[in-house]
Amino acid sequence: MNIIVCIKQVPDTAEIRINPETNTLMREGVPSIINPFDLHALEAGIKIKEQLGGKVLVLTMGPPQAETALREAISIGADEAVLLSDRAFAGSDTWATSYILAQAVRKLGADIIFCGKQAIDGDTAQVGPETAEFLGIPHISYVIKIEEIKDNYIRVQRLMDEGYDIVESGLPVLLTVVKELNQPRMPSLKGKMAAKKAEIKKMGQAEIEADENNIGLKGSPTQVKNIFAPQVKTERKMLAGAPEEQVDALIAELRGIKCL
Amino acid sequence: MSIVVRIEKCTGCETCLSSCPFDAIVMKEGKAFINEYCNYCKTCISVCPEGVIIETEEVSNLKPQMSNLKDYKDVLVFAEQREGKVATVAYELLGIGRRLADELGTKLLAVLLGADESEASELIRWGADKVYLCRDAALQKFNDDSYAEVLTNVIKEQKPSIVLAGATPIGRSFIPRVAARLRTGLTADCTSLEIDKETKNLLQVRPAFGGNIMATILCPDYRPQMATVRPRVMKKGEYNKNRTGEIVNIQIDEITSRTKVVETIKEISGISVNLHEAEIIVAGGRGAGGDKGFKMLEELAQAFGGVVGASRAAVDEGWISYSHQVGQTGKTVNPKIYIACGISGAVQHLVGMQSSDIIIAINKNPEAPIFNVATYGIVGDMFEIVPLLIKKIKEVKGI
Repeated sequence: MNIIVCIKQVPDTAEIRINPETNTLMREGVPSIINPFDLHALEAGIKIKEQLGGKVLVLTMGPPQAETALREAISIGADEAVLLSDRAFAGSDTWATSYILAQAVRKLGADIIFCGKQAIDGDTAQVGPETAEFLGIPHISYVIKIEEIKDNYIRVQRLMDEGYDIVESGLPVLLTVVKELNQPRMPSLKGKMAAKKAEIKKMGQAEIEADENNIGLKGSPTQVKNIFAPQVKTERKMLAGAPEEQVDALIAELRGIKCL
Repeated sequence: MSIVVRIEKCTGCETCLSSCPFDAIVMKEGKAFINEYCNYCKTCISVCPEGVIIETEEVSNLKPQMSNLKDYKDVLVFAEQREGKVATVAYELLGIGRRLADELGTKLLAVLLGADESEASELIRWGADKVYLCRDAALQKFNDDSYAEVLTNVIKEQKPSIVLAGATPIGRSFIPRVAARLRTGLTADCTSLEIDKETKNLLQVRPAFGGNIMATILCPDYRPQMATVRPRVMKKGEYNKNRTGEIVNIQIDEITSRTKVVETIKEISGISVNLHEAEIIVAGGRGAGGDKGFKMLEELAQAFGGVVGASRAAVDEGWISYSHQVGQTGKTVNPKIYIACGISGAVQHLVGMQSSDIIIAINKNPEAPIFNVATYGIVGDMFEIVPLLIKKIKEVKGI
């Protein structure tokens, strides 16, 4: 089974703060991590390899420093790693990014492609399904359980608003996964050694034969107009006193505005 | 076609460095340098105290544009249904869709798959001018392939300028396929949609970086401009039972899907939880401490006649199931009253609940960010406050 896991290196958004004076992001000291959902995608890929044999390739598009994320993925259990990095990819939105990933997957070949359900920096959840569309293969989003997998067949549970669907598909297929799917393993000592020695294959526009009109800023239908800080409510009433007084004050307020 | 620093005038103050959301500015020999990871968001231009970061050419000049941009006119809403009933989010989309269509002076269209005419008529009463209905039983259950196929075809024929869908498990799964096929832009989880007075382009505002910043996204050169909106973010429009419109039945020769739903299972949970519809939500976070804390919150929710929500921290601890989670990776809610107990208020939580009408925050830490969005704040131990609150509410309600 040839398995490709798409990962993204992201800033740990839980650590980001806003500079109240300039209303801009403060990224200093914010660690770069593998997108948390992608760790679950990687775990799913490794599990299938252990069960059915084959190999797990991790694929990422990003700046040269994204190599760190790929090495970490190898330390966890991936066999190979490919970094898609090219000046021409800069400014790609989800449409162009998906096109680039799909071109690479075409070159590399895969029976199953795993993605995290979304990345925590953009939170769009679009790149997985769009990549499947460019590849001309089916996809299943929000996979919470893999029930069965064999030659050319997979059956999974897909998380929905009020429960889940049991969905089956042939292969190749692209799956986006949620955290409840599994518990990602930690890097092993052997994995860490492998990660140090591993050769990270680099591919650019030429290697994946990408059309220049479909990549980077030029190929991206959307563009960022501006960025601003979210508004915060200012009017609030702090209810002081002993617990009993606070609760009485709250009840009085709620009755005052006819909410009780 | 790029944003550059006028090196000769750069003082090397580094203000722009940390402002860049994409980490695309580095220092080289004491001067700021913008590298290829620039996303052209222009944040650095606005923060540079010397005003020496400039745009060399309008980004839009460089892009190819769709040749028949002007042919795209109407606003189209994808109205999702579950078990044959239109989901509430569709009515909310018709609310905003109606406003956009009126502003543009165009029609509001809706697409409904796998439901019957009575539901299509409801869409008209909620503001649609024309409903494209496909009653085919094969579309009752959601499949990415078949939904993408039918919606893409309607869009190709009708050429709407704007397409809106719910950012639900269904919308978020198949709408990207439609956008990929149509070679157009898609903006996820929009919190505000406006028409640019000058260009008539759709201004799509969405949170990014875990809700730490908001970004306005444009899709100026391709049509349709596609956006998803989370449930409860937009308000429903006006319901008019006498409103009339047209229902167009669409026939499909053969509906194929490479994925197949073999079974649909509703979550079996002790308490049914519908956070989207709830008017009162009592939510617990790390401060709830465990199952005991959540039992207490459940009692408070019952006293109020509401349901229980939770922060991600509480869900990650396993105190309550994911279906209760409010926030960036959970649900966006918009109840009349939101009571946050022992929730510090990480921005990821706030983006999911800050549009609630009234927010009551109970937290030990007076510095907790939850108080920044609170209508009423109580600094105190929830284990003292909540039991008192339960008692008083029961007294007031006479239960």
